[in-house]
Amino acid sequence: MSRRITYREALREALREALASDPRVFLMGEDVGRYGGTYAVSKGLLEEFGPERIRDTPLSELGFTGAGIGAALGGMRPIVEIMTVNFSLLALDQIVNTAALYRHMSGGQFSVPLVVRMATGAGRQVAAQHSHSFEGWYAGIPGIKVLAPATVEDARHMLAPALADPDPVVIFEHAGLYNLEGDLPDVAGVDIRSAKVRREGRDVAIVTYGGSLFKALQAAETLAAEGIAAEVVDLRVLRPLDDATIMASVARCRRVVIVDEGWHGVGLASEIMARIVEQAFYELDAPLVRVCSAEVPIPYAKHMEDAALPQADKIVAAVKGFFP
Amino acid sequence: MNAIDHPAPPPPSGPVPYDKPFALKLLHDMLRIRHLEEKSAELYGAGKIRGFLHLYIGEEAVGVGALHALAPEDNLVATYREHGHALVRGLDMGVLMAEMYGKREGCARGRGGSMHLFDARTRLYGGNAIVGGGLPLAVGLALAAKMQGESRVTACFFGDGAVAEGAFHESLNLAALWKLPVLFCCENNLYAMGTALERHEAQTDLCLKAASYGLPAQAADGMDVVAVHEATKSAVARVRGGEGPRFLEFRTYRFRAHSMFDAELYRQKAEVEAWRTRGPIHTFTARLKAEGKLTEEEFLALDAEAQAEVARAVDFAEAGSWESVEDLLRDVHTPEAAP
Repeated sequence: MSRRITYREALREALREALASDPRVFLMGEDVGRYGGTYAVSKGLLEEFGPERIRDTPLSELGFTGAGIGAALGGMRPIVEIMTVNFSLLALDQIVNTAALYRHMSGGQFSVPLVVRMATGAGRQVAAQHSHSFEGWYAGIPGIKVLAPATVEDARHMLAPALADPDPVVIFEHAGLYNLEGDLPDVAGVDIRSAKVRREGRDVAIVTYGGSLFKALQAAETLAAEGIAAEVVDLRVLRPLDDATIMASVARCRRVVIVDEGWHGVGLASEIMARIVEQAFYELDAPLVRVCSAEVPIPYAKHMEDAALPQADKIVAAVKGFFP
Repeated sequence: MNAIDHPAPPPPSGPVPYDKPFALKLLHDMLRIRHLEEKSAELYGAGKIRGFLHLYIGEEAVGVGALHALAPEDNLVATYREHGHALVRGLDMGVLMAEMYGKREGCARGRGGSMHLFDARTRLYGGNAIVGGGLPLAVGLALAAKMQGESRVTACFFGDGAVAEGAFHESLNLAALWKLPVLFCCENNLYAMGTALERHEAQTDLCLKAASYGLPAQAADGMDVVAVHEATKSAVARVRGGEGPRFLEFRTYRFRAHSMFDAELYRQKAEVEAWRTRGPIHTFTARLKAEGKLTEEEFLALDAEAQAEVARAVDFAEAGSWESVEDLLRDVHTPEAAP
């Protein structure tokens, strides 16, 4: 059995469950309370849990993210919401220089059980300063875990294991997914360790995550009509990467397209390509291909923004390149 | 000869309002820090301690006076010039020295070094080498204490350089907004590394900055352990009483270089000498002697005891072991509990 639910509602249910089940959990961030959340994720939670636990903050990303770290060290289980990944750069010092390092620098004395949630991604004509996809940067930092829920099931169930994790976990919610509806199975729980094959195939593996998952699935549908069976791998966890699932798909399909909304160069896609070359080079029948964002600040105008981002038709074209 | 840029304040006066045991405790702790730091400089020269080493010599009255006003359950967030703070809070000097040696017996197994001393037992949350980086952390520790209904105070140390960081302003505002039990302790030694306060701040009255966020702020003579202790004691009581955060500025001076790689081109030798005459240890010693609370024999005994402790600490560090390289990836993440 399952029920229809939006990605936003799934996130809210997860927050409500966490707040109700553990008095140490609280949510803090810009406009999470009275405003109801920038993306309305926390709407109604202030009324339910009160201002101590649904805590509006000043526009001080560095300050309140660091306060989240301190509160985690002090025995709480804070969920820090940073409005978008773009603004998380203002908090990057605390995430990278404190949260990610404290366990190691203290010789294992202090873990930081902090969860940071933030919106990421482009596609809504909000222009360059609101359209970054920096999850690949975060995925390069030892000491943190990075999650990218794409489905309503992951939106609903990734928070609980993230909160149970003794170390910092950063969760990226693609802003284009909040209104997405999906079927939420009644079976509870997901892991935060593995990638998942969302569609099985044998001709080509499309490896992706987050907002690009649905573009990849759409491309796979189009390709199926033309007799090409594409497998779609949803990474789900960007750090640590689930190499085993990726390499199994590589071995099965022997051709690989990596789809990542981050910029083309020096990013998550490059890392996945490197790992495939290191671990599964002899399984490949063709050079690796990536479909990423063009190396340009994301433009405002719709046609230009569309052109800058990975799209289903670009993925289809990339796959067809394998079958001339 | 040019006038001194930053004249030293007049020497402290007035009676020392403590009984003999506590007064000698303060003196002894200052001596312990002084000898530890002198020895650390020597060991740096000998190649036993590497990396960055920031000495607290000259500023001992601040850490000693302030930390003796805290209770054991209070939290401490410190900077990269924190050997003295760790010591006064109760970190064993041998364990501290072993950490600076990079040995497994160090408080952080040699992973942190001089700038990253941590001690869960005494609630020392680092040892933070990002200027201003500890302030948001202290706000969060205080938030946790408040949400859990604990009477814990979080003391957060930082230097005058940190007041130029956004973290300072964001943290003071947050702490005041949420009335959190944080005591912000600014160790104003007049130089942000080599940049004098008046060369990096348009407003050099640091208490005014804190007051602008609604924090009661007070400056104290950081060269006088009595002034530091009295100011901190009364501030801690009010913070613990639920009155919200407070700000203390301790006006002090670093006698040695910023770190071991500092030619000290930015300040006058005469200025350093003038402040040295106001050294916190010998002025306090003189006051105690004048009051009949300390004899020369007692001073020599305390001094010898501190030196002997340093010698034992060095022996402990020398006898320590190196962590196995096989454990390199340890403590990046918490190991998963066995199923």
